[in-house]
Amino acid sequence: MKIKTLTSVFALMIAAGAAQAETGLIVGIQLEPPHLDPTSAAAGAIDQVLYSNVFEGLTRFGSDGSVNPGLASSWDISEDGLSYTFYLREGVIFHDGTEMNAEDVVFSLDRARAEDSANAQKALFAGIETVEAVDPLTVRVTLSNANGGFLFNLAWGDAVIVAPESIEDIKTDPVGTGAFKFSNWVQGDQIELVRNEDYWGTPANLETATFKFISDPTAAFAAMMAEDVDVFYSYPAPENLPQFEADPRFEVLVGSSEGETILSTNNLMEPFTDVRVRKAVAHAIDRQAIIDGAMFGLGTPIGTHFAPHNPDYVDLTANSEYDPELAKSLLAEAGYADGFTTTLKLPPPSYARRGGEIIASQLRAVGIQTEISNLEWAQWLEQVFRGKDFGLTIVSHTEPFDIGIYARPDYYFQYDNPVFQTLIEDLTAETDPKKRSELIAMAQTIISNDYVNGYLFQLAVPTVVKAGVEGIWPDAPTQAIDLTAVSWSQ
Amino acid sequence: MKTYQNIVLGALLSGIFMVAAIVSFVWIPYDIESLNIAERMRPPTMVHPLGTDHFGRDILSMVMVGARTSIAVALVAVGIGMGLGVPLGLAAAAQKGSLLDEIIGRGNDLVFAFPSLLIAILITATFGPSALNAIIAIGIFNVPVFARLTRGSALSLWKREFIMAAQVSGKNTVRISVEHILPNLSNLLIVQGTIQFSLAILAEAALSYVGLGAQPPTPSWGRMLADSQTMISLAPHLALAPGLAIVFTVLGLNLLGDGLRDVFDPRLRRERT
Amino acid sequence: MTRYILTRLSSLLISLVIASIVIFGLIEIIPGDPAAFMLGINAQEDTIDALRAELGLDASPIARYFAWVSGMVTGDFGTSYTYRTPVTEMIAERLWISLPLALIALALSTLIAFPVGILAASKRGSITDTVIMGFTQLGVAIPNFWFAMLMVLVFAINLRWFSAGGFPGWDDGLFAGLKALTLPAISLALPQASILARVMRSALIDTLDEDFMRTARAKGLTQRQAIRRHALRNAMIPVLTIIGLQFSFLLAGAIIIENVFFLPGLGRLIFQAISQRDLIVVESVVMLLVFAVIVVNFAVDIAYALVDPRLRRKA
Repeated sequence: MKIKTLTSVFALMIAAGAAQAETGLIVGIQLEPPHLDPTSAAAGAIDQVLYSNVFEGLTRFGSDGSVNPGLASSWDISEDGLSYTFYLREGVIFHDGTEMNAEDVVFSLDRARAEDSANAQKALFAGIETVEAVDPLTVRVTLSNANGGFLFNLAWGDAVIVAPESIEDIKTDPVGTGAFKFSNWVQGDQIELVRNEDYWGTPANLETATFKFISDPTAAFAAMMAEDVDVFYSYPAPENLPQFEADPRFEVLVGSSEGETILSTNNLMEPFTDVRVRKAVAHAIDRQAIIDGAMFGLGTPIGTHFAPHNPDYVDLTANSEYDPELAKSLLAEAGYADGFTTTLKLPPPSYARRGGEIIASQLRAVGIQTEISNLEWAQWLEQVFRGKDFGLTIVSHTEPFDIGIYARPDYYFQYDNPVFQTLIEDLTAETDPKKRSELIAMAQTIISNDYVNGYLFQLAVPTVVKAGVEGIWPDAPTQAIDLTAVSWSQ
Repeated sequence: MKTYQNIVLGALLSGIFMVAAIVSFVWIPYDIESLNIAERMRPPTMVHPLGTDHFGRDILSMVMVGARTSIAVALVAVGIGMGLGVPLGLAAAAQKGSLLDEIIGRGNDLVFAFPSLLIAILITATFGPSALNAIIAIGIFNVPVFARLTRGSALSLWKREFIMAAQVSGKNTVRISVEHILPNLSNLLIVQGTIQFSLAILAEAALSYVGLGAQPPTPSWGRMLADSQTMISLAPHLALAPGLAIVFTVLGLNLLGDGLRDVFDPRLRRERT
Repeated sequence: MTRYILTRLSSLLISLVIASIVIFGLIEIIPGDPAAFMLGINAQEDTIDALRAELGLDASPIARYFAWVSGMVTGDFGTSYTYRTPVTEMIAERLWISLPLALIALALSTLIAFPVGILAASKRGSITDTVIMGFTQLGVAIPNFWFAMLMVLVFAINLRWFSAGGFPGWDDGLFAGLKALTLPAISLALPQASILARVMRSALIDTLDEDFMRTARAKGLTQRQAIRRHALRNAMIPVLTIIGLQFSFLLAGAIIIENVFFLPGLGRLIFQAISQRDLIVVESVVMLLVFAVIVVNFAVDIAYALVDPRLRRKA
């Protein structure tokens, strides 16, 4: 009896919480932002909370990854592709009441590309020569070289427009132009946003939006099951998804992401300098077993470093079919009939930790022994990414359209192919869409045929949504959770 | 009577896992190096008495090899603690009141003042996670335990007549410590060693639970628990087997330690009669 | 007495200085650059250098050590690299969870251990005693994080009486806060209660054998009266020592439990700070915890010396 009363009290509390949530939305995310300035850190959590919701750029990403007008309503590009003239929207005001004008754009872009800039994606702005305010609502940007991806670059969270008046406190009190205003941050727990009533565009449906940080998969499961959160974006434990799918209270959206998950290979370390060895590794891997075992079936196999949902994707998975016998003979041919031992360094995400154990067992089957070490991100950055002290590692490259990293011989997997490098140079300068597609296809094929890395799968983004929530982006073209069009169905 | 019950029960409980660990060197029911995703998370059956884990490995085999990891780490860590702590304690007792005694005493206090788990985390953050670093981290905190215990008991021995006799006969303090003091401490050290061994198994489980112990593919009980955590609502048996293995081993060792203490400590024995 | 306090005080200071050097040294050699971590994989070297300069990481280790120590002496623990807020504020905020958690766990442990320990001692050798001691053995042997996982499974996922983790903040009311701390406190308290009950029992049994207890019984007091009037007070010294030790253990040792239940306390702050290489936070929190333990030990030593003058000569 006593137990019954207790449960009914809790049931009442839960019901009260649900009723309250109709005008607001509680979104669970895995990581807490370290601070609230998207222009001076790489942490994806900052963009997840603030991009599009609080801060906006000249251009913005749509839910399908397209680049749309943002604070600039339109633009002109000069014939030679070197000069961009942006026409800003009228009547845009920052959350502190100050007006957004050309001076703010000049300030933001100059700050991002300055000598002492702490922008994590400074390369996005590298080609900018000058930024000038033509009049209060017109900005002209001049580039040193034509750049087919410039508008795309400006849509990144690292390129949002900030104001000199509020830059001082941006890390704790972000002031942007978006449909939501920053309201409160309970460190270690949640960030609250409230609707911006003076928004220049279509105002948000939600009155409040709360981001709750829950990185522990068990806690995420329980929070969702108890309906403590309405949406869990990028749900951390794929093994629990069938339970949500079976429950009428929830809906599971499985979206695509820009994350190519690869078995990165140190191309300058013996024996991976030999393409036959890399090819052997590629054929020793059973992608489907990794997708099933590590991701519980979530993910699309890839055969090159490119996102399958992109129209320019070429399916090259046949290049590296699972064939342990072929792998063994390739190893023998390369002089490693008895196999060899290498390191396998794994960062924290479960795709790497679980995938690593599976790959280790698959490689062992063809004679390659791996010494696994589980690293934190900071150690991974230091040892693998900067120190290049690794044989193999598993990581998901989540930046959109990042095949260009293969043209950088000093990049951590150290692939040095002059042909590929010229190809990427041509691609950057090319503006004709058809020719670009051809070049992109060639680039994908070259790295696939060279077996630069082991190509595993495209990371899927599972989002668990409470029934009745509409407008959540299923796909993740960028690390953002755009809530401007989200609403509760009536 | 009850004392021997404790010893027997304790030896049995912890013995099962010791034997399992030794047997695992020559035989385990299934190969745990090859994974079988299709057979994952099967509940216990005749074929797999404890079921299979999230990679389709046989949990019984995992628990057996895990016993090896836990016991080896704990044993070496306690060995380090004893190997360093006992000589330090003997030295401090032999030179009571000296600067050396003071330094050892303060050093012990200092190590005790550090939150052990935190330091273990710092050590592994610095030198990378591995069974070896887990051993070092656990070992360090065993040193002051043995140093204090040895010093305290050795001090009371130094006042005893047979030690004074040895002193009169011209033996130096090192010889007396080794030949007369140490043998008289052995019972005490065995008892404390058993207790520390059980604590070290718990510590190893905690460290590998947070991912700082032995690295995969070497199985360890703590990591098996961590791996099972998100699947606990789907397959509770994944978390049950390694958890119970820890509980039984630790419980067994504690019972054994308590029983041995009762046998060795004449004061308590008198109390019972 | 003054001299005793002075010598103990100087050794306390030396301990603190050594501790600060050990902590700083250990953290100094931790691989991983805070600036590189914050800026991620696309950052350029000059950007990382700019951030390092902004964080003050380009100064020499010795200069940074002295800046850190001199700041701490004045109560300024520096500014977090990642959050850019004063470390002192962060610690204060987290203490509002860790401190109540430790206190609740300690209260629970004491509330369970006292009656159980007394009962076992007064019925020494009986079935009750054996059963109680069996349970305490079990309590000591169960890893608290495993116990926590099982409780989450039963009470949060199956019965849904409690949330599986997180902390709503004290702003949501005392009840909501206490509810969130209940399961973590129980998981922490279980092994502590078992240990404490065992200590209580053996301390009581020791005093029961003392002459004054025989006198008390001879005076005609029942066993229960004798325990309440005389034995308990005498058994309190070892029991209180253990409680003191347990408190500092609970404060620092809740790391794993805070992670299981996702409580934003001191332990999780350290875990997070280590993985983000927010080294100044790691240094300061560890130092604070060590400081707390050393000072508690010092206070206990002094208290003992006040009670028992013989101890003073030992120094």
